[in-house]
Amino acid sequence: MHKLWASTYKELLLLTRDLGGLAILFLMPLLLVITITTIQDGTFKTLIESKISILLVDKDKGKVSENIQKNLKGSERFEIILKSDEGEAKNLVQTGKYQLAIIIPENLSNDLNLKISENVEGILEKFGAKEENIPLVKSKLKPKEIKLYFDPATQFSFRNSIKSGIDQMVSKIETQTIYKAFQEELTDDPSEEIFDTEPFLTFTEIVPSEAEKEVIPNSTQHNIPAWTLFAIFFIILPLSINMVKEKNQGTLVRLRTNPVSYTTVLGGKTVIFLSVALIQFALMLLVGVYLFPLIGLPKLDVSGKLPLLFFVAFFAGLAAVGLGLLLGTIAKTQEQSAPFGATFVVILAALGGVWVPVFAMPKFMQVLSNISPMNWGLNAFYDVFLRNVALKELLPEIALLFLFFVATTVISIIYNERKNAV
Amino acid sequence: MIQITQLSKKYKGAEDYSVHNLDLAIQEKEVFGLLGPNGAGKTTLISMLSSLLKPTSGSFSIDGLTYHKNNAQLKQLIGIVPQEYALYPSLTAYENLHYFGSMYGLKGNSLKENIQQHLETLGLSQFTHKKIANFSGGMKRRINLIASILHKPKVLFLDEPTVGVDVQSKNVIIDYLKQLNTDGTTILYTSHHLNEAEHFCTRVAIIDLGKIVCKGKPAELIAQQKGAKNLEEIFLSQTGKALRDYA
Repeated sequence: MHKLWASTYKELLLLTRDLGGLAILFLMPLLLVITITTIQDGTFKTLIESKISILLVDKDKGKVSENIQKNLKGSERFEIILKSDEGEAKNLVQTGKYQLAIIIPENLSNDLNLKISENVEGILEKFGAKEENIPLVKSKLKPKEIKLYFDPATQFSFRNSIKSGIDQMVSKIETQTIYKAFQEELTDDPSEEIFDTEPFLTFTEIVPSEAEKEVIPNSTQHNIPAWTLFAIFFIILPLSINMVKEKNQGTLVRLRTNPVSYTTVLGGKTVIFLSVALIQFALMLLVGVYLFPLIGLPKLDVSGKLPLLFFVAFFAGLAAVGLGLLLGTIAKTQEQSAPFGATFVVILAALGGVWVPVFAMPKFMQVLSNISPMNWGLNAFYDVFLRNVALKELLPEIALLFLFFVATTVISIIYNERKNAV
Repeated sequence: MIQITQLSKKYKGAEDYSVHNLDLAIQEKEVFGLLGPNGAGKTTLISMLSSLLKPTSGSFSIDGLTYHKNNAQLKQLIGIVPQEYALYPSLTAYENLHYFGSMYGLKGNSLKENIQQHLETLGLSQFTHKKIANFSGGMKRRINLIASILHKPKVLFLDEPTVGVDVQSKNVIIDYLKQLNTDGTTILYTSHHLNEAEHFCTRVAIIDLGKIVCKGKPAELIAQQKGAKNLEEIFLSQTGKALRDYA
């Protein structure tokens, strides 16, 4: 125990002697979480609050295009800039000056009305007919195409969201035109409302939660756990570098000749670097709770969750330390440990669902994500932050994190013993 | 005290043995010098005796103990002064010594006093709380030595303990080692300073290509070779004048 205490104290001294390194260790994760949350929250607000300028080329000049324009202008997302030339609009989008141009084809209103009228007449004729075999009315009109030009730099998700919005709007206009055509056929009084054209089916977003503790997730609630975990795992870098330095300085060689086990040496590092991870976590929470509201970001809600949050952070920290010990044991130079450690943490984060949710990944990657400790940690944090689960429900993820620490540490010890067996 | 039997070491991928079928017995309270050109096998032998390298074949025991059976006991019995400084540059002399002393189970005031006493004896007491990073080569060598003897080892291995230090530091180190030997410590040391070895060692062995080419008391070895005036002449006659560069 005395040797473990001495090793821990030595690690503390080594860490505190490098004040610049210590500051980076604590400040960079904070900077990371502030930057990411600000960007994500800003993007979210941009999409909702500020309007995206889009180009519209109206070759139709009819009721339908007027309706499309009205709907687009009515939308909170777009600001419409009218252009007369498709080529010019295309060029402006291609050069990245605008993200989107919508080209409404010629005769859209006329052809849509004609097509719908033909269909409606055909249907009504069929209903009124006495004989069974009445030939169906078939339109000779070709389907119309609304062209969308996207800036090649726009992201796939943005394109999908726009396409889906426009598709929804066009469907609505088409439905309204059908209703209108029926109305014109069935009554001579245009003021008479036969149909209720308002959507019958709507949807409401509900977050499943217990009545007394309803949770409304926001960007902070999502970002703090994800990026805190990312920062905690980044501890493998300073830890592995610390171990490689000991090899290069010759101090590890001296320790191997001393009557002290490698487990004790690793124990001292575990205590200190786990403490660093927990302090990092505490700082992240403080930033989320106190700093975020001051800079216009949503406040982090930790009410009643602190013990469970620290419980998860403790085991996530252990898993990260275990990985750092293994990397530090195997790596021979800082050139090996630093790039590998940094890249590996990014891979683990990607697999863990820090950037893209696991359910949105390809099947194979979903399977792989099950073996990422960051995935276990992130799930555990989401369980506490967003799903309000009890300790019992966290245990499977906690057990996995702990087993990961045990496995990596045992491998480190065995590797060291095999390599240095006498 | 140290009994080495048919000890060999061949590194992975190497064509030749670094130490080959080496037999050697070192008595208690001896100062035994292991001399040889670069790549002769001195450091390899000391590394095997220090539990840092696994022998390819053969065996050895120190005070009747082996690493297989008495690892912790044996490590407590010996002290190793490595060729590298093997100290934490960002820690002070005291912090380094306190840490390495603790690894031998030393603690409390006795460790504190032990450290102070050694620092005083080796002329470093005014630098107790200075960082190792700011020390000169000679000062680092002295701290390197203290870190290995705080637990009062019965056997001390030193791998070129005076390399790269000034004459003053070298004298202090050698005088202190003589004192340790007088107090009962058996010393096995390697060096390229043949003059130093001639005066410091009770016995020496010249090792080349992994084998002992001659051994005995320095004065006797010099007397045995016709016309030889010092150990350096014996050394050159046994190992030749060809350069021993290796990588």
